[in-house]
Amino acid sequence: MKIAPFWIVSILLFAAGTYFAATVENQYYFFAGYTILQATIMATAWNILGGFTGYVNFGSAGFFGLGAYTSVALYTAFEPPLIVMIVAAAVVCGLLGLGTGYLTLRLKGVYFAIATLALAIVLETLMINWDYVGGSTGAYIITPERVLFFPTYIGYLFVLMLVLAIAAVAIARYLNSSRVGRGLAAIRDDETAAECAGVPTLKLKLLSTTVMGALMGVAGAPLPFFVTFVEPVSAFNLLVAVNAIAMPMIGGTASWIGPIIGALLLGSVQEWAKVTISSEWNILIVGVVLVGFITLAPRGIVGLVQALRQKARANGPATA
Amino acid sequence: MFTLDLFLNAVVAGVMLGGFYAAVALGLSIVFGQLDIVNIAHPAFIIAGSYVAYMVNNAFGIDPILIGVAFMPVFFLVGVAVYGIYYAGFERTGRESLAGLAFFFGLMFIIEVALILTFGVDYRLVDAPYIGETLHVGVVDIPLRMFVPFVTALVMTGVVYLYLAKTFTGRAILAVSQDRLALRLMGASPVRIKAIAFGIGIATAAVAGALLIIIGPVEPSFGRLYIGRVFAIVIMGGMGSIGGTLIAALMLGVAESFVQTFYGPSWAPLVAFGVLLLTLAFRPQGLFGRL
Amino acid sequence: MSQPSNLGLGRMMLAGIMMIAFAFSPATAQAPSDDPIKIGFSMALTGGLAGNGKAALIAMQIWEKDINEAGGLLGRPVELVYYDDHTNGADVPGIYAKLLDVDKVDLVVSSYGTNLIAPAMPTMIRRKLVFMSLFGLAVNERFNYERYFQIMPAGPHPAEDWSRGFFDIAMKQDPQPQTIALLATDSEFSKNAVAGARGHAERLGLNIVYDNTFPPGTADFSPIVRAVQATNADLIYVGCYPPEAAGIVRAANELDLKAKMFGGGMVGLQYASLQESLGSMLNGIVNYDFWAPEPTLDFPGVKEFLEKYQAEAEAAGVDPLGYYLPPFAYAYLQVLGDAVNAVGSLDQEALAKYIHETTFDTVVGPVKFGENGEWAESRALQVQFQNIKDNDLDQFREAGKTVIVAPEKWASGEVIYPYRE
Repeated sequence: MKIAPFWIVSILLFAAGTYFAATVENQYYFFAGYTILQATIMATAWNILGGFTGYVNFGSAGFFGLGAYTSVALYTAFEPPLIVMIVAAAVVCGLLGLGTGYLTLRLKGVYFAIATLALAIVLETLMINWDYVGGSTGAYIITPERVLFFPTYIGYLFVLMLVLAIAAVAIARYLNSSRVGRGLAAIRDDETAAECAGVPTLKLKLLSTTVMGALMGVAGAPLPFFVTFVEPVSAFNLLVAVNAIAMPMIGGTASWIGPIIGALLLGSVQEWAKVTISSEWNILIVGVVLVGFITLAPRGIVGLVQALRQKARANGPATA
Repeated sequence: MFTLDLFLNAVVAGVMLGGFYAAVALGLSIVFGQLDIVNIAHPAFIIAGSYVAYMVNNAFGIDPILIGVAFMPVFFLVGVAVYGIYYAGFERTGRESLAGLAFFFGLMFIIEVALILTFGVDYRLVDAPYIGETLHVGVVDIPLRMFVPFVTALVMTGVVYLYLAKTFTGRAILAVSQDRLALRLMGASPVRIKAIAFGIGIATAAVAGALLIIIGPVEPSFGRLYIGRVFAIVIMGGMGSIGGTLIAALMLGVAESFVQTFYGPSWAPLVAFGVLLLTLAFRPQGLFGRL
Repeated sequence: MSQPSNLGLGRMMLAGIMMIAFAFSPATAQAPSDDPIKIGFSMALTGGLAGNGKAALIAMQIWEKDINEAGGLLGRPVELVYYDDHTNGADVPGIYAKLLDVDKVDLVVSSYGTNLIAPAMPTMIRRKLVFMSLFGLAVNERFNYERYFQIMPAGPHPAEDWSRGFFDIAMKQDPQPQTIALLATDSEFSKNAVAGARGHAERLGLNIVYDNTFPPGTADFSPIVRAVQATNADLIYVGCYPPEAAGIVRAANELDLKAKMFGGGMVGLQYASLQESLGSMLNGIVNYDFWAPEPTLDFPGVKEFLEKYQAEAEAAGVDPLGYYLPPFAYAYLQVLGDAVNAVGSLDQEALAKYIHETTFDTVVGPVKFGENGEWAESRALQVQFQNIKDNDLDQFREAGKTVIVAPEKWASGEVIYPYRE
């Protein structure tokens, strides 16, 4: 997608979102929408390191949870505006991402993935033992009734998430299509060769992990205001991490659009299942869809679409 | 509060716990250590083994370990089948790293949900004559509930180790991770060997599951607690080394036991993962690995 | 509201169409008087608390059937509308938004457990709804919401009242105990319960010789129990969840744990599956409970209710005896239903006022709420397991096995002290 259409669509989305949030009183769709937007940011962030650079992160829940707890810590300290907390979470988790990036010096492939998992568990244990943010007992957040012109608080959160999601996607899109993106792709395809070709692999990997970390922290920062009661087990929960991997894989990891498609699709199905089938089947869906897609459609939906287009092109002229 | 008898007991309890952890990690050590397959669903298979033990023990009163051993062939075949799918979908096409991981993630969820749908979410326990009995050796207490699984785990580890070292297929398994071409030249089919290895890995889950449910109650999402532990053990022990896995498991068990006894149990998981991170940072090949 | 721009005309039309669609959707149709009254809630049907959540749901469905057989509420049939929250607090606000805005339920009640009740509170407070709650510990302490009602009989100061009975018994003994060991799982309820116990210990001048938490997922408790034993504490107060309760009780028996009193806040010892498998290992443990089949708690309706529950429980794979949560799940709907019928309308303010002022007759006995929505008078019981045999589930149906030893008002027997010398 070229620059101008992307920004036009983004602005339209923002306008539509704000409009609905300002007028519609029925809150349920904003709750569902918030969750899907959160998943979109997580999927997009994950894909920067996973799809673009080729390093698998199993510990997405760690970054997400740390972002949420940064908010809780600041809120307990002096209740700053939400924007401040989002920025703080971006900084904190970005630094964590930077640190994780240095890990990649020593670890490749699956070792890196396991290190990220260990990291997530260490973070969770730290939060469980840190009583200032509530520890395992949990922390309560009191949210205001109304913000600005939005009749409901969730409407405000929804629009906030929309803006953050658009920003995250814009960043991913920039990374994907720029020189940086080509460097990342070179690392993904063959890191040693990239080094030999003069690609600054360390710098790019650090950039990749930092951006990923920051975006995941940003996705987690509003969580305390969404649920109003935060405790470590649900903030660091496994489903967040799995979705962060499943959604880009289903959508397609090669481009910035894949995670969005995956998040919209899988997220909507999960939200729908939550209030209809309403039982264990929800988890089953994630498992089956994930397994099905990666077995049958390895390049995700984007890959499927590309393959169909190629077939059409191949068949077209021949039958003309 | 640091007394000799507390110390001795902490060591003994840690060793027994570590032995049990070795049984849990053994299957992964084969599959991940030898074959480089990241079967993150291994703990889920272990829970499935626990439920099998529960079902048969509840219905017929047979000893859980016997049930575990009896079901090893069944689990072996399941393992072979799973490997078949994995191979067809991923290894043959060369996409094992990312897609393979995701495949096993999905598999883990599917197993967990299948268990929930079949058995419900209540905690399940088994009954055996040695649960609740304790040996007293001087100042040291040895609950049989821990001791019997410990001995079983050692036996199983020993059997697997000997199998890998002494039989043709076993040595082929060791070889396939080192040099596939040479293996072919020796007349063994790498794919078949890998399928057998994966099957063995899953077969150990049948017994490990029985041991788990002897030690304590089990419910379907229990496996998630063990994911981190098993990977920590396998990596610390060193990829490709059964002996290394055992030693790493024992070390982890003793470390956890010490922290629980003397410092405060809430820091125990931190110890395990902290050590893992340190290992990865400074000696990624683990203690005995061949990297 | 801002003026819609020209560009927004199309969107306005779309929004308008959507809103009309909502208005005419079946959920909001204005219908004649056989239109059901809908009670909405989320419940933990999967995840960590599902064992209790599913049992609670069965009890609630029995209530639904009973109330409809008796003519419903305000002459209209009652319908329960619920969704699974997967024991995940983050799902709760969205579910209640759906229940209220899309399904248009008339009344709401809570899910089970603090982690699932707390996230719903802001919604309830904002919409000024009566919120009957099922077993959350001290949720209202932060919010002070006057329309919150908690059916768990912890009492006006939940965290302290929970363990008060344990200490009352202990201090009545001669000689009085001097030392106490505190042990808790690293999670919300356990730490809260033990915090209450700590308060009592300090108030009574007991010497706290051990005070630690342990992570959920601990496999072997021998090192921990041994560390506790090494302190030679007179009293041992534990707050934990079911798998740990089983592990601790087993370790206590294997290591021959000696103490004057042992137990306190162990969740899980009330569950049939654990009671059956731990058997005689339970003897002597003094633990909290809320209902037991003892003659002092034989309230009208409870035996009939349990019969209906037990008929369905086995097939559903939940606690076959149902003494812990199900009677209270039935009762919290009883309170709501009685209030609606008495007040004669669904007006939330009138209902809240009525519930505050009235003593209700339920299957768990007389229920009266205090100002903060908790029970005006604590009925947190301490029971002691006595004469338990191994491998016998049916023994728990009789009196004399889970003997109520505190408070005196409801006691059905004497405590056997000490636990073990």
